[in-house]
Amino acid sequence: MLVMKEKLGIILSSFSGEGRELIPVLQKVQDEMGYLSPEAMLYAAEFLKIPPSNVFGVASFYEQFRFSPVGKKMVMVCQGTACHVKGAEKVMNEISRHIGIKKGQTSEDMEYTLKGVTCIGCCALAPCITINDDVHGRLTPKLIEKLFIKKPVNKKTNE
Amino acid sequence: MSKDIKSREILVCCGTGCVSAKSDQILDKLKKYTSNKPVKIKPIGCHGFCQQGPLVISEPDGIFYCNITNDDVEEIVNSHIERKKPVERLFYLDPITGKTIPHYKDIKFYKEQKRLILRNCGHINPEEIDEYTESGGYQAARKALNEMRPEDILMMIKKSSLRGLGGAGFPTGLKWEFCYNAKADEKYVICNGDEGDPGSFQDMSVFEGVPHSVIEGMIIAGKTIGANKGYIYVRAEYPLAIKRLKIAIMQAQEKAFLGKNILGSKYCFDIEIFQGAGAFVCGEETALINSIEGKRGTPRQRPPFPAESGLWGKPTLINNVKTLASVANIINNGAEWFNKIGTNTSKGTAIFSLTGEAANCGLVEVPMGMTLREIIFEIGGGTIDNKKFKALHIGGPSGGCLPESLLDIKVDFDSLKKAGAMMGSGGMVVMDETTCMVDVAKYFLDFTQKESCGDCNPCRLGTKQMLDILNDIVEGKGKPEDIDLLSYLSESVKTGSLCGLGQTAPNPVITTLKYFRDEYEEHVNKKLCRAKKCKALISYYINPDKCTGCHICFKNCPDNAISGEAKKTHEINQDKCTRCGICFEKCPPKFNAIECYPGKI
Repeated sequence: MLVMKEKLGIILSSFSGEGRELIPVLQKVQDEMGYLSPEAMLYAAEFLKIPPSNVFGVASFYEQFRFSPVGKKMVMVCQGTACHVKGAEKVMNEISRHIGIKKGQTSEDMEYTLKGVTCIGCCALAPCITINDDVHGRLTPKLIEKLFIKKPVNKKTNE
Repeated sequence: MSKDIKSREILVCCGTGCVSAKSDQILDKLKKYTSNKPVKIKPIGCHGFCQQGPLVISEPDGIFYCNITNDDVEEIVNSHIERKKPVERLFYLDPITGKTIPHYKDIKFYKEQKRLILRNCGHINPEEIDEYTESGGYQAARKALNEMRPEDILMMIKKSSLRGLGGAGFPTGLKWEFCYNAKADEKYVICNGDEGDPGSFQDMSVFEGVPHSVIEGMIIAGKTIGANKGYIYVRAEYPLAIKRLKIAIMQAQEKAFLGKNILGSKYCFDIEIFQGAGAFVCGEETALINSIEGKRGTPRQRPPFPAESGLWGKPTLINNVKTLASVANIINNGAEWFNKIGTNTSKGTAIFSLTGEAANCGLVEVPMGMTLREIIFEIGGGTIDNKKFKALHIGGPSGGCLPESLLDIKVDFDSLKKAGAMMGSGGMVVMDETTCMVDVAKYFLDFTQKESCGDCNPCRLGTKQMLDILNDIVEGKGKPEDIDLLSYLSESVKTGSLCGLGQTAPNPVITTLKYFRDEYEEHVNKKLCRAKKCKALISYYINPDKCTGCHICFKNCPDNAISGEAKKTHEINQDKCTRCGICFEKCPPKFNAIECYPGKI
């Protein structure tokens, strides 16, 4: 816990500790730690001098905040209108089938987290997804297969 | 070096759309290959024609290359830049005439547009303030700060009849006047860039392409109402927009467009970026204010309106990105110039993101008063593969679906509202015969129901009840009385909700009920979905005349619903089939043996 507190202290050193900073504070913590743990939220409450219930109330209100760790690859399937019309649901099902987890889940080996997102603004390239920071548009079942199936090791390159 | 050569530029579109198609790598490669050549390679914001991205444009000649890949770079350098011989194979191909078009100005998608707000978007490097100032940027701010009194600016904006481009269309001048009249020691200007409507990216493109035009608008607004601090509220889902805004603000501060005593005047103004944390309701101005204050983004009771008591209880002016980006144009050209563009009640231009099944998807700016048909069929090029057009959805979750018969209405705030839709922030989604209107209504309700902040009952409970009914209908459990109940609930939620979210959430349902009621009736009474979208109301079937028994569908069916021996006709067990459609996708095109039927077999 102490190590955690020190770490959080460093993360939040650029903030002044006023209640109004709650959302940027939570964003920064999540950026650095990957998610909002109960300890981190309690720390934020203390740091900003507001009740922990407030912190959790705000954190749970906004879509961006998550309360459990996520996989190495964050896969977000865009579910905006354009993507929906162009088959976002099929894309979600295909990916889910390939990586073996459902929407909202994280794989046991912490490799993947699969999420839906309202719109990433690449509507002209629908249907699209993001894997971490990379956007992939105009998806087809074949492209999805390419993105998510591990490539077989090419023996020739090993020689 | 002659001036002509010096001013040669190769522009690479680096809007989110093109970047996702790896235009950033193209930019780097072009720079590398031309490091010793008399040509400037620069990134630009969204050029508009996202469908054809990545885009590379040569200026000043206006040669337009589309669908560029990394492998095309060498040829562009060797042929176009070195030998001044444009690469014809990379030109845009007109789908109607089958001919190539070298200049973007001749392409229909661009020809019919009128770019005012996006005047510089796609022409200048958004990360270089000098490019903005060289193209006339910050002249309006200079004029407003040094030559005009707040009352003069106010009068000009009022005379221009500019209306809020966030969707509701409230007169901007009036809003400014309320804030101007409010007495307080501190006031704020907020730019509402919480573009939460799924299917729209205009605000994002303005931020990414011409961030300084928003900043300039905010400076002018701030000077008018007497505010010294501004906030830009932008979605965290738009990382590129945030990055470019940060750069723009920093550069504006360095050049003394922001900060203390701007441009030698007595006026001080600075801007801070606030990243939204993902809540659709925060597009509502009072919810947005709560969010900046670090609270849950729930709307406040009005009155008092933000102009009287907004952020931290102080008078606050909240304008949409595009509204603020329009301000400099009006100051520069005058209210009368602006008044000449548009219709009687809606002046100026509107920006739309044209998406869905339109043949030409992209960012579009047109004068108010253009018909929807012109936008879809002239600029948008109709539907992909000339499928039958079914509906246009306009205005996001608060908007509505309009049928073909209404496409001749003119784009302005009032006509759209009359038809049951609204301008919204400007998302336009074209839908063809493969889209199920009941499914679309369900989609939007599912969205608004999840995004309802839960503060008032009609919205929280009403949208949930409506969604339950819609789910029943698409799952084949709909009852005949459901349709009228849905319509009754829509009216209740509309009249009873506290804020814009609830008041407009039923619009997609109301409009689809009004214009596509037969589809609802088919779902409920005949248990079939003509668009073949609703899984419970379709069936897959193997055509024995076409099936060769290749066994591919058998191997791929995740539910073991397909039976049949190799080389013999296969069959689908309808009880086991979950209608996932995998067999349909996997059946080799040369056989095409699997067919999809509306309704149950």
